[in-house]
Amino acid sequence: MSTSKEQIAYQRKYIRERLFVLASQLIIVSIMLFSWEYASNSGHLNKFIFSCPSEIIKTIIQMINNGDLYKHLFTTLNEIFLSFSLGLVMAFALAIIMYLNKIFMKIIDPFLTILNSLPKVAIGPMLIIWFGANAKSIVIMGILINLIVSTLTIYDGFQKIDDVKIKLFKSFRASKWQLMTKLIIPGATNSIISALKLNISMTLIGVIMGEFLVSKSGIGYLIIYGTQVFNLNLVLAGIVILLIISFILYIVVIFIEKIINR
Amino acid sequence: MKNKILRINNLVKNYNTMRGEINAIKEISFDVNEGEFLVIVGSSGCGKSTLLSILSDLETLTEGNILKNDSLKIGYMLQEDALLPWLTIYENAILGLKIKKIDTQENIDEVIRLLKLYNLYDFKDKYPKNLSGGMKQRVALIRTLAIKPDLLLLDEPFSALDYQSRLAVSDDVYKIIKKEKKTVIMVTHDLAEAISMADRIIVLSKRPATIKKIYDIKLEHKGTPINNRKDGKFSKYYDMIWRDLDVNI
Repeated sequence: MSTSKEQIAYQRKYIRERLFVLASQLIIVSIMLFSWEYASNSGHLNKFIFSCPSEIIKTIIQMINNGDLYKHLFTTLNEIFLSFSLGLVMAFALAIIMYLNKIFMKIIDPFLTILNSLPKVAIGPMLIIWFGANAKSIVIMGILINLIVSTLTIYDGFQKIDDVKIKLFKSFRASKWQLMTKLIIPGATNSIISALKLNISMTLIGVIMGEFLVSKSGIGYLIIYGTQVFNLNLVLAGIVILLIISFILYIVVIFIEKIINR
Repeated sequence: MKNKILRINNLVKNYNTMRGEINAIKEISFDVNEGEFLVIVGSSGCGKSTLLSILSDLETLTEGNILKNDSLKIGYMLQEDALLPWLTIYENAILGLKIKKIDTQENIDEVIRLLKLYNLYDFKDKYPKNLSGGMKQRVALIRTLAIKPDLLLLDEPFSALDYQSRLAVSDDVYKIIKKEKKTVIMVTHDLAEAISMADRIIVLSKRPATIKKIYDIKLEHKGTPINNRKDGKFSKYYDMIWRDLDVNI
């Protein structure tokens, strides 16, 4: 089949637009980085307070060379993994119980709403007293932040399943197990993926916040330590590493989403 | 004498709410004959669907009783096709068999036979989004027929379709049901659809539902639903039942 002139023109226009957007984004980032570098080196910006891109890169390379980066990265990723997976499993279980037991849902509904609106960082100091100044407190902080939002998102997905489909399953005398595994959970895939996305970003916030409060290693610790000793290169290196972590985690979730929706 | 497969005696259905008891169905009695196409008509919210839910044990009755053979198998076809979008056409068609754990080779062969017979076999590995509204409705019917029901309950099965598809699909579904020699109770608020398909029509009153009248539909040349709409007696029945429904606009 031959492609029409209009189709070729449309495709070219589409590609041109994509390239323009990408080029503009690269130019904006480059201008910002170069201006920052120039302003710091020429004395327009105080290098001690604002650092500069080349110093940040140097700091990261130094951390790679002396092995510090792996230690801190491992700590943070480990805490993220634990908070994320435990939070997700707990959210899933809680959402299923809430869905199957309407009375339980009615009982805990106001508590969930209040807990959801509470800034969890306020509980942080108490967690340290209860669980000690260690990684356990940080993981619990991460779970506290992601659990309720994930639970409500998954539960909402369960609630949105079409009544007609539920009636169909009941007309076939489906058991609760069949209803959950063959209809409710597969039907709520999109909500579960939304919960994954929310969970990732919430966990990252929780873990870094936890590391700010209590830690001897981790990216959050690097940032806090850098601030205390006025080493802004270290602080910004920590932030750049965090950006890279969150970007990679986001890509992983998008990849999972694509596999599920295939 | 016609063989009766179901008898409903003085059925009453009340709902309890905080504001008081709501009487949805007020004493209904009728028989269902084997092989007949029985249609129940009534205005929206009069309790037609409730009646089907009671017959299929999805809801309990308040008073009265339903006499039926314990071995009577009932299939329920809903207002929408309710196909699961993440399952293929074949997987959707055998869903009832899987849930009821009766997915024997014999039953699966029967589903394949029906898919082939009704021109869906070539689409068996496709997903519902690739099918037209009418094809989806046929898959929904095959899913219901797969469990080999003696009695089919159709709850406004064409209401989600546009007018033209509705005519074509009702014709299609009617032919399949007659070919498979099934007994049917269908509820609808569409009078023309009712007259074009029914052997007998029960007219229900507004809530609380009672039986207003029962019509044996005797058309001059009974054929497929689309042809029946052109029958000489069609409009006569239409006028009579329209008056019974007492529609206030």
